[in-house]
Amino acid sequence: MRFPHRHLLGIEGLSPDEITFLLDLADSYVQQNREADKKSTILRGRTIINLFFESSTRTRTSFELAGKRLGGDVINMSVSTSSIKKGETLIDTAMTLNAMHPDALVVRHPDSGAVALLAQKVNCAVINGGDGSHEHPTQALLDALTIRRRRGRLQGLLVAICGDILHSRVARSNIQLLQTMGARVRLIAPPTLLPACAERLGAEVFHDMRKGLAGCDIVMMLRLQTERMQGSFVPSIREYFHFFGLDYEKLSVAKPDALIMHPGPMNRGVEIDSEVADDIDRSVIREQVEMGVAVRMAVLDALTRNPDLRNAPANGK
Amino acid sequence: MATALDPQRANGHARVAYVNARLIDPASGLDAKGAVLTEGERIADIGPGLFKDGVPAGIEVVDAKGLCLAPGLVDIRVQLREPGEEHKETIASAGAAAIAGGVTSMVCLPNTDPVIDDVAGIEFIARRAREVKRAKVYAYAAATRELAGKDITEIGLLSEAGAVGFTDGVRAIANARVMRRALSYSTAFGALIVQHPEDPALADGGVMNEGEIATRLGLSGIPACAEALLVGRDLRLVELTGGRYHVAHVSTAETVALIRAAKARGLPVTCDTAPPYFALNELAVGDYRTFAKLSPPLRAEQDRRAVVEGLADGTIDAIASDHAPQDQDSKRLPFAHAEFGGIGLETLLALSLELYHNGHLSLPQVIERLSAAPARILGLKAGTLEKGAPADLLLFDPGRPWVIEEAAIRSKSKNTPFERRPVQGMALRTVIDGRTVFRA
Repeated sequence: MRFPHRHLLGIEGLSPDEITFLLDLADSYVQQNREADKKSTILRGRTIINLFFESSTRTRTSFELAGKRLGGDVINMSVSTSSIKKGETLIDTAMTLNAMHPDALVVRHPDSGAVALLAQKVNCAVINGGDGSHEHPTQALLDALTIRRRRGRLQGLLVAICGDILHSRVARSNIQLLQTMGARVRLIAPPTLLPACAERLGAEVFHDMRKGLAGCDIVMMLRLQTERMQGSFVPSIREYFHFFGLDYEKLSVAKPDALIMHPGPMNRGVEIDSEVADDIDRSVIREQVEMGVAVRMAVLDALTRNPDLRNAPANGK
Repeated sequence: MATALDPQRANGHARVAYVNARLIDPASGLDAKGAVLTEGERIADIGPGLFKDGVPAGIEVVDAKGLCLAPGLVDIRVQLREPGEEHKETIASAGAAAIAGGVTSMVCLPNTDPVIDDVAGIEFIARRAREVKRAKVYAYAAATRELAGKDITEIGLLSEAGAVGFTDGVRAIANARVMRRALSYSTAFGALIVQHPEDPALADGGVMNEGEIATRLGLSGIPACAEALLVGRDLRLVELTGGRYHVAHVSTAETVALIRAAKARGLPVTCDTAPPYFALNELAVGDYRTFAKLSPPLRAEQDRRAVVEGLADGTIDAIASDHAPQDQDSKRLPFAHAEFGGIGLETLLALSLELYHNGHLSLPQVIERLSAAPARILGLKAGTLEKGAPADLLLFDPGRPWVIEEAAIRSKSKNTPFERRPVQGMALRTVIDGRTVFRA
């Protein structure tokens, strides 16, 4: 099978077979990353530009390593808000970079939909590295790979996604992917951190961790941003941790072997207790980081090597 | 230590029989001649047939002489002024006023100094109430920190600590976004948001109801629609969030109509009013009487009538005293500069009974609005005579006449808008947790 899409803008629109294809491909790169010589030549001669309109350390580093391990040339561009203030629009930036003939653009942007807009104006593959509160497809793929390697499947698992669902692109991509692959999803959050009509996404909604976590196979915690802590969305860190922070007491109602996940960076003592985060039997948080590099290698591989689509006109998905 | 041998105790608990009473228990629909037995802090038995063949030896007997025995009143809107303004009122002085008025449970507003917006504030009120040992005291916590209308308080932790609802007291939660968040967040804990219904921007600078009287007196007015505007907005937010919402002291016809319609649509909405809004109108301001300067202001006669109708048809669930003590220095001022508010704990029963004497409500209906309904709104274990309930009782004579006079007021502040009003109905005995705490 060949990956039939020109870009990876989101999980929405991917079929179960396409997701399985990317996960299988990523699986094959996990071993390569554990060797002493981690480098191959699959992407030799290809240029990948990491275009980040929003600060990021992990995702950018992960994509950079992924491109380099496949033998590609990787350039990092952090577009600070100051240069946007100079007047260059998103489209101008895209056109400028496009003239340099990159093979792939990895784009992160604080606005939902901005990555898709940019993709319409360039001739290369575009990978969404996170757009606003919309999607973060490689995060969902790496979460799925982590789960699949631990549990052998995604089908039929009960997954709780907890915390700031309202602002989370990770949650939106994960809801899409997990449901596409036959897992059941629960969302657990205070009402002020849930988007309107959250239940219409096909997930069950809970406001009580002890009820929502009951019987879960997987517990995904989300990062809570501190500017959302002071009485606007939730009253205080103290209250948030008391009712929605993951500790052993709340976790005790989940399955005894339930896995704990977090996309990082963690706020210890806010959404997760340190003891739980560092539990080597339950927490797979560091494994998620490892799977991230493999998944991004698979995505770069699938999109840049696709001969049918490489010279296709812009606008294709 | 002699409890086991004390003939008036069973299992160490005092037993008291209240016989020959007209039992009024709106929670169970009971209205009949009969008796109540209390054992320790609880109601052990009740019924028309109880003690038909006489009271067994060893039980203390209280003869009600055919008068009314009802649940103690539950007053869900009281300003205690403690901590911070103890020169106006204290938990002890308000407690004395409450039990004299037949009130066995009162719920205080968080607009003290410091504001009750954290767990320590709730615990302070609970501890002081235990020390004072008069009426039971429950507390609302602030809905927003420092009552500033910006950041919601720790609604979850405060609920666990015993806060029975969340309100910014005599201030409206004005910002629609903040109100939406408060209503939405509270659904996770089943908490109740209580609104002071007045658009502050529209009411700003106003000192009495806008209309002919204000114009003749040269006082700046608060339009009646300032209330309906905010309630109408809030009801839409209730529809959006599913949050439980309570409107305090409804005072206008339009608000009554809005709430009636909202209830018909099944929204989780309740409301109360206070005696001034069904027993007085704006004419009481008369010659610049600052004791009649209330918030919300006394309204037009058609508003007063609509409030009475709302009480009669159940649109208005409860009657609260809206007890707001103010000292002389706060009231002996030009009308515009005087503080808002009037006291009400000691006159709540008699003024509410006017609704019965005037034929608007039945006697059990009046008692329901004063006990079972407010207890139900806040989820309090009160307001009922059922077996096992706390023995909080009120023995009263619904017909006994008296005159409201400053000299007899127990409250530390004397600012009643009802001075020299002849009324009918008096609390004769108030019982809390099986103990008689007041006798007329």
